[in-house]
Order: sequence, then C-alpha cells, then structure tokens
Amino acid sequence: MRAGILRSPSPLPGFGLSFGIMMAVLSVVVLLPIGALLGRGLMIGAADLWDMVNSRRIWSALTLSFRAALIASLFNLVFGLMLAWVLVRYRFWGRRFVDAAVDLPFALPTAVAGIALTALYAPSGVFGQALAPLGIRVAYTETGIWMALIFIGLPFVVRTVQPVIEELDREVEEASATLGAPRSYTLRRVVLPTLTPALLTGFALALARSVGEYGSVIFIAGNIPNLTEIAPLLIVIRLEEYNYDAAAAIGIAMLVISFAMLLGINVIQIWSRRRIGLV
Amino acid sequence: MFRTIQIGAHVLAQGTYIRSFNDGRIEIATGRDSRLAGLPVQPGVSHGTHGGAGQKEMNGKGRGRIFAALAAIGLAFAGSTPAAAQDQVEILNVSYDPTRELYREYNELFHAWWNAQGHAPVTVSQSHGGSGGQARAVIDGLEATVVTLALSADIDAIAERTGRIPADWQARLPHNSSPYTSTIVFLVRDGNPRGIEDWDDLIREDVAVITPNPKTSGGARWNFLAAWAYAERNGLDPAEFVGAMFRNVPVLDTGARGSTTTFTQRGIGDVLLAWENEAFLALKELGEDAFDIVVPSVSILAEPPVTLVDGSITSDKQRAAAEAYLEHLYSPEAQALALRHYYRAWDTSLAAPEDLARFPDLELVTISDFGGWPVVQPKYFGDGGIFDQIYEE
Repeated sequence: MRAGILRSPSPLPGFGLSFGIMMAVLSVVVLLPIGALLGRGLMIGAADLWDMVNSRRIWSALTLSFRAALIASLFNLVFGLMLAWVLVRYRFWGRRFVDAAVDLPFALPTAVAGIALTALYAPSGVFGQALAPLGIRVAYTETGIWMALIFIGLPFVVRTVQPVIEELDREVEEASATLGAPRSYTLRRVVLPTLTPALLTGFALALARSVGEYGSVIFIAGNIPNLTEIAPLLIVIRLEEYNYDAAAAIGIAMLVISFAMLLGINVIQIWSRRRIGLV
Repeated sequence: MFRTIQIGAHVLAQGTYIRSFNDGRIEIATGRDSRLAGLPVQPGVSHGTHGGAGQKEMNGKGRGRIFAALAAIGLAFAGSTPAAAQDQVEILNVSYDPTRELYREYNELFHAWWNAQGHAPVTVSQSHGGSGGQARAVIDGLEATVVTLALSADIDAIAERTGRIPADWQARLPHNSSPYTSTIVFLVRDGNPRGIEDWDDLIREDVAVITPNPKTSGGARWNFLAAWAYAERNGLDPAEFVGAMFRNVPVLDTGARGSTTTFTQRGIGDVLLAWENEAFLALKELGEDAFDIVVPSVSILAEPPVTLVDGSITSDKQRAAAEAYLEHLYSPEAQALALRHYYRAWDTSLAAPEDLARFPDLELVTISDFGGWPVVQPKYFGDGGIFDQIYEE
C-alpha cells in the first residue's frame, strides 16, 4: 500500500500543491545554503580544499569536535533513555516540572548556557571549588566541552524516545514475565529492541547538534589551539581573516564527516528494523 | 604643552607647541617628523567660522602632505555647503565594543555643538561589536556613515573590499585619523602576589597570562606586538619570547571583554593583558581593592582610527554633518571627554587634572615601527603567520 501512495487516491486532495510548497521551503531554508557551501567548494577544487584542511591544527580541532560530540551523545543516549523511562512509567511529585525542564536547553540561548556552566565549573565557581581538591578541572578543559554538549543534546534523546515508551504495551512485558523470563532478559530482548530505532534517531539528532555547536562551547572551552579549539571556532577564525575559502573548506570537511556518520547510523537503523521487524 | 590649531574650515590638529609666528599662527609638532602651522583654537570657542586655511609645513613624507592637503581642501569645501533644509540627517556610527560609553556621551556633546552652530539637527545611531565583525558587517552591506574601529587594518579591509572608502583614508584626519589612543597594560590581582613588573615576568613558569586570541580580537594583536617590541628591545628572540608567553595562556577568549570576564569573574590567571582604558574601567567597576594596574617598561601606542564611509553618503548635508562629527572629536571638549573615559587623547587643554594624572609615562612603540598594518597583518596574524607557527610546533 505504501509503494502506491503517489498514485492511489488519497482521502485528502492537494498533493501537488503541498509538495510544491514543501520543496520551495526546503530549497530556500536548507538546500540553498548547503548548495552554496558546496558550490564554493567546487570552485576551489578538491586538491586546494585538501591542502587547506590538511594541517595538524585543523585535524585536532575536527577530531576534538567529533570526539566530544560522540562522548556527549553516548552519555545522553543512556541518561536520556533513563530520564524518558522515569517520566513515562512512574508517577511522582514534580513529574510535570521535570518534564517541562527537559525542554529548557532548547529554549535557552546557547551562549547563556555556556556562561552559566562556566561560572559553575570555573575554579572560582560552586562546583569548580568542590572539584578542585579532587584534582578535577572541568571548565577550560575537554571535560567542559562534554558538559556543554551534554546540556544542549539531552532533550533530543528524551523527546524522541518518550512517545515510543508511552506506546509500549505493558502486556507484552507481563507476558514475558509470566513465561518465566528474568527482568533483565525482558529488558534486553523485549523492551530495548522496540526502542532501538527511536534511540538511534535521538542519538543522531543529538550528535548532529553537538558537532556544530559553537555558542555554548567557546565560553567553557579554553580555546587553546590543538587542545581545546573546536572546529566551528576555526571557521570563525578563518572568517575573521577574510579567508572565506579556508572557512568553506573546514565547513565542507565537517559536512562530509557528519554525512558519513549519519549515513552509518541510518544503516544501523535499517539493519535493526529488518532484524526486529518492528516500526 | 599640547595645543589645538585650525588648518581648514573644519580641520583641526593637535600637537606639542613649537613656536609662534608674527601673524598669530603657531607651529606644532604632530608626530615624529611632521609639523603643522595654523591659528590656535581657544578652548570653548566655536571654530567653524574661521575663514583662512592654515599653512602646512611637513618635512617628512611628501605623499602624506599631498593627501592631507587634498583632504583639507575637500573638507573645507564640503564644510562651506549651506545646511538649510528641514529634513533629518542621519549618521550611523559603526564602532567597536569598549567605546560604548564614550560615544554615548560624545553624541550628546556633538548635538549641543552642532545645534549651537545653527545647523539642522542630526540623528546619530550607534552600533557596537567586535572590531573585525563590525568591519565584516560593513563589507557585507551595513550602511555605516562613519566607522570608528579598533584597528586601521579593519578599515583597510573595508576600503580594499568595497571601495566605499578611499585607500588613503588614514591621511584625511590628524594623527593617523586617531582622535584618541590607548596602550596595553597589565592588570594583576590585588597586591601583585606574583610580583609581575614587566614583560619578562610573563614567561615565568609560575605565571598564567590571560589574553584574547589575536586571530579574533583586535586588542589581542596589540598585546602580541607590545610583547614582541619588548623582546626586540631587550635583545631576546621575539618569536621565542612571544611563543613562551602564549604557552602560559590557559584560556584564549575570542574578544577583549571575554578575557576581562575570565580574569576578573572566573578567577583564572595571574595577569590580564588589557587595553589601558579597559583596565581602568575594570578598576572602576569592580573596585580598586581587587586589582592593580602594572605598567610595563615598553608598550605600544594603540591607535583606534575613525573615518567617513564615502560610499554610503547620500547627500551633501549628510556628508557635512558626518565630517563635522568626526572632526569635532578633535575639539578640546571632546578630547577632554575621551580623557575622562580613560583614553589617551591629544589635546589636554580642557581636561581635568585628575584625568591626566592617571596616565603614567612609558615608552610607546607605534605600529609604523613594525611597518604598518598592511605589513603586520599578513606577516604576524595571517594564515600560517608567526602567531600560527607558535601552535604548529
């Protein structure tokens, strides 16, 4: 039935019109800017692009950006799932408040988040003072970048997984229990497989958001070249030098790596759907 | 002693008094090798009505003389167009971050003076931001009437990329078009616990230095060059010295205000390299008992220049008002205002004694000692330049 959706009469008319509007908006908002970036890259040429990207400083910035985004998103994957589970399955005082608080990172300007986190984790801040005797430094280190990215990425996982948990049939879990499965087995073989596609989507969204994050990170990272300098900052530095080509080169490098990562996640998603045959 | 003279209908210059002529004109020195002669301006007296253009004498650069003379004629000519019509003239002043407070007061001063001259009122709007970002905004189409930025390299970029400013803009107003200047000093914690006295203390292993990134901050480029000048003067290898200093930097913020926050609010670092005006402002805002200012033996004369964006001018009236707006920055009243806002201005005739006593004497190198911004920018701060090499090792 799905394959024939374009030809079979829909209960609601207006496919042509809505498709046209959709394409126009998508082009203006998404495709044109990315096309302009890639067009600039085509004008520069592949060899020059490679020369502009291939330096130790840019590679360490790119590795840092993707490594920190990966670590933060993995953390959010686990913690976000727990948070969504608690919000859906348990009733407790203040649940609605916690539920609303999850969206705050969406609403807060990222620069504000970065400054607030820095103020807390700097050696003079509340958490920073407590952590200093243990020899843990958060602000102005890579750990600080993780903190900022965890903050901005958390809602993506929670908000994608939450509706799926709500749809979960409790009777399936009960059936598993009555058939003699231990709790961990039920969790592993019954609950998690159903949630996997949503978890992967949330993970991919959080990852994509974190890789390009600039506003909050520059405040809490020390921005020291080769150590805590993220790739988006290098793009800004290239723009300050009026070196638009080099800025485009780093932008394209980030785009290519992100595309490869999202493609990989999609492949895993397709594979998991085939295996489980759900959703 | 500093005096202000009239060298055109609207053009003023300040410099050290040298001698008087019989016809009432005086000669002043405005720089290392340039002298100007003209009628002295009495403080508080309006100077728009003097007719005679002053005579210029320069025994230095011939090119600069021609540019300055052309500019003077051009300005005198523009200044003579009558300001008659009723409609509002608008000026958009695109400036950098730390001048916010200065221009808020200067705009009031200018309004009062301009209206007292019998001109139609002018609306002045301000825009502030990082100097490089502001320059890019003008390049990308922001309709600035005048730009008052931190570095002449930023205005050069506008001139070069848009053609809306002539290439010789910096010779159009006295003192390289910089009505006020500043320098780089050290801000240390109260009582100077690390005993930081001069630049060579900044490469000690127990000292953490806070400065913004020279790639993103105009102010940080002056920091870098001042350290470089110190090393050169003391027989050290400048590249090595500056490299050692930057290895002591734990946090590289993107702008000057960000670094001030990191140092004052977050408690990071032992010494902040700051604009002198920012350091005084930090003392005023955060209390004199929290920080001390340390003046190094050598620093750099930072010249934040101003100029007209010719390509944005839509009418003769607007041009006249905008030119007067910039020239009036050189008036004794405006100079006193700049001094009050912790800038080193040229004309001290109207300044309060306590505003002057604040500035210690120190040896100041200038950007021309480095060959000027067109040379410095690519050599030190360009892609793969000397600053990049510090972090490539």
